Amino acid sequence: TQNVARLLPEKLTVYTTLVGLLNARNYNFGGEFVEAMIRQLKECLKVNMYNEAVHLVRFLSDLVNCHVIAAPSMVAMFENFVSVTQEEDVPQVRCDWYMFAFLSSLPWVGKELYEKKDAEMDRLLSQTESYLKRRQKIHVPMLQVWTADKPHPQEEYLDCLWFQIQKLKKDRWQERHILRPYLAFDSVLCEALQHNLPPFTPPPHTEDSVYPMPRVIFRMFDYTDDPEGPVMPGSHSVERFVIEENLHCIIKSHWKERKTCAAQLLSYPGNNKIPLNYHIVEVIFAELFQLPSPPHIEVMYTTLLIELCKLQPGSLPQVLAQATEMLYMRLDTMNTTCVDRFINWFSHHLSNFQFRWSWEDWSDCLTQDLEKPKPKFVREVLEKCMRLSYHQRIIDIVPASFSVLSPANPVCIYKYGDESNRSLPGYTVALCLTIAIKNKASNDEIFSILKDVPNPNQDDDDGEGFTFNPLKIEVFVQTLLHLAAKSFSHSFSALAKFHEVFKTLAESDEGKLHVLRVVYEVWKNHPQMIAVLVDKMIRTQIVDCAAVANWIFSSELAHDFTRFYIWEILHSTIRKMNKHVLKIHKELEETKARLARQHKRRDSDDDDDDDDRSTDREDGPLEEQIERLQEKVESAQSEQKNLFLVIFQRFIMLLTEHLVRCETGGIDVFTPWYKSCIERLQQIFLQHHQIIQQYMVTLENLLFTAELDHHILAVFQQFCALQA
Amino acid sequence: MSCSGTLSILRSDSYAELSQYRDQHFRGTRYDQERLLRKSCTLYVGNLSFYTTEEQIHELFGKSGDIKKVIMGLDKVKKTACGFCFVEYYARGDAENAMRYINGTRLDDRIIRTDWDAGFKEGRQYGRGRSGGQVRDEYRQDYDAGRGGYGKTVQCQ
Repeated sequence: TQNVARLLPEKLTVYTTLVGLLNARNYNFGGEFVEAMIRQLKECLKVNMYNEAVHLVRFLSDLVNCHVIAAPSMVAMFENFVSVTQEEDVPQVRCDWYMFAFLSSLPWVGKELYEKKDAEMDRLLSQTESYLKRRQKIHVPMLQVWTADKPHPQEEYLDCLWFQIQKLKKDRWQERHILRPYLAFDSVLCEALQHNLPPFTPPPHTEDSVYPMPRVIFRMFDYTDDPEGPVMPGSHSVERFVIEENLHCIIKSHWKERKTCAAQLLSYPGNNKIPLNYHIVEVIFAELFQLPSPPHIEVMYTTLLIELCKLQPGSLPQVLAQATEMLYMRLDTMNTTCVDRFINWFSHHLSNFQFRWSWEDWSDCLTQDLEKPKPKFVREVLEKCMRLSYHQRIIDIVPASFSVLSPANPVCIYKYGDESNRSLPGYTVALCLTIAIKNKASNDEIFSILKDVPNPNQDDDDGEGFTFNPLKIEVFVQTLLHLAAKSFSHSFSALAKFHEVFKTLAESDEGKLHVLRVVYEVWKNHPQMIAVLVDKMIRTQIVDCAAVANWIFSSELAHDFTRFYIWEILHSTIRKMNKHVLKIHKELEETKARLARQHKRRDSDDDDDDDDRSTDREDGPLEEQIERLQEKVESAQSEQKNLFLVIFQRFIMLLTEHLVRCETGGIDVFTPWYKSCIERLQQIFLQHHQIIQQYMVTLENLLFTAELDHHILAVFQQFCALQA
Repeated sequence: MSCSGTLSILRSDSYAELSQYRDQHFRGTRYDQERLLRKSCTLYVGNLSFYTTEEQIHELFGKSGDIKKVIMGLDKVKKTACGFCFVEYYARGDAENAMRYINGTRLDDRIIRTDWDAGFKEGRQYGRGRSGGQVRDEYRQDYDAGRGGYGKTVQCQ
């Protein structure tokens, strides 16, 4: 039962009733069960399994309702929880968790505890109130999906819960939504002997403790959105809390099985009393838009919504369309990261429904500046739709008036293509190269053809022959990419075949940057191709991550700076860097483990083996390997840190430039570009927060110093506040 | 208290399990094949339109993780796309997510099907039907505009 209780928290009252009935029959069973639960709770807290721990606490508190646990002992446990807020020098997120565990159990057991121990409960609630008043909330803006408070404020999760509990108390703890099977068995249960919880001391805070991130409560619907159906419980009602908790639990239980998940969501009890479809859609979008990251992989939510539409074809698609419309209407204040997710979801969803959508409803965006959120959103959606189909399809599915937002035809731009370009420097070499490559030339032959290319940077030529020559790079990369333009596979083959040439031309940092520039020039109509080429070039070490970062912030890309694909490339680059560090680290740990096993084997063989001389020789190669790997790890970690520093530095430069320009020009700082850029900076912090935590001291002392403009510094301070 | 029935439901991951299909051309024992399938990062993708491009496949399957390689299935005679492909990921977990969330959804308006593959070997990119395409297109009776119209045997009538 314990495992089931932990794994199916949305059905907890069924299992607590079961335990209650068993306890009534067999007092010892109840005692052992409670003891085992407490042990499990302690274990969870030790290994940072805080979400599981909350469900265990809730289970224990519901056992009070089933007469298994005596109410006063539960109150005592909660007193210990709340007293964590008095601890000194502990992170706020620690106190937050204990507060949450207490408050979130009250919908289940508040009534019973208040009836038995009202004075103690009043004291706990007033301690709660003073804690909530004094805790800092600098982190909240970073986690909000919208910057506007209308129509629904994005409340910090503890604040919202507190409002809900206060209202519950005002309603005399009457809670009507939770199904309570034990009420039917009251006559049996009230005869049972209750157990006292052993005194529970919260495990102390350690360096290894990692508490849950703070959250913001996502709301997009209220009772006015479904006027025909049952009334949606208000945002500060405890029913709303319980429904949302249970729906989130169902997704957590069944995320791997989309059909089961959809069926379980739709069979949530109370279907005729609450507008269930609205709750489900809201909870799913809450997870999809959650900052820093959704609890599960994004594509799961797309497929889950499709399954739900299949199961409720007469009602759910309409709610989803309504939700889409609402999200579109509020794009102006939506966080850029969330807009990214909206774009990905909507385009993928449409591709499963023949791209059918009432685009004319959105023609208001056509009269706006293309950089504004609404037209930008539609452009990005259409581009993503094209990636899942083809260019002509997109032209066909939108009204003619939308052509200004349609994506470019993803064709390659070859500057040496036309006879009319023959006056361009390098034109003849390009022709030569084309013929040579078509005739299966080797890398050496390519080098000898390229030797004839003059270097526009004559003075930089130190006579070695392989200094940075932008024209060589241009001619070679343009020609090769043009010849390989047919498909991704063709381009990848080209990169592989002429890897040597690439490595040589791109040896210097300027070389790497120029290669990236030329790739962009050739493929600027086909962002998807740019992304896969950059990925391949990093993986084959033609360019490095820092070069990509510098390229993204370069003036050549300024025009595309706010486009979604640029940020996909940057985050993909950072992820590759992170995975690389983890991989080498893992190799190091594995080699160390092998050495340890070798030592252990030798120690156990010592009695039998008289040949001690071989031991040092055996260790040799492994020890050498470990030393090499250690160096590799350090070098990779240093490269990783450098990457983040470069990115932050460039952001600071870019944003400062904008702020200074606005200040001197007397214009409003808050342009669409600025909003996008500052939120992209936030996104770097949020998406890679675990790695960046390691660099806090450097960041504080080197980059995010007090002299920085307060607009930029605020982002850093919000980030620091997240796990403070 | 035995809840093993419920517990197995809770651990269920049926979308990521091996199917009944085993490649008859596989060189090795059943056991070898299954061992490879269980640690594979490669998926077979079927029921594609002949017109579906590598780029489209990359975009869709990229949603579950970084793709190492896409190998388009080709007609053995014509050397043109014949409606299937292989998608190889760097990490098995990403392939599992594709099985959970991309299998059974649409690409080019067609419900596509994914299955574990023991790993690409040269030659496996070709259809095994007598006419050069996939076996399923040899004998089918229906008209499928995205897969060359009628089945080959019907066409030859």
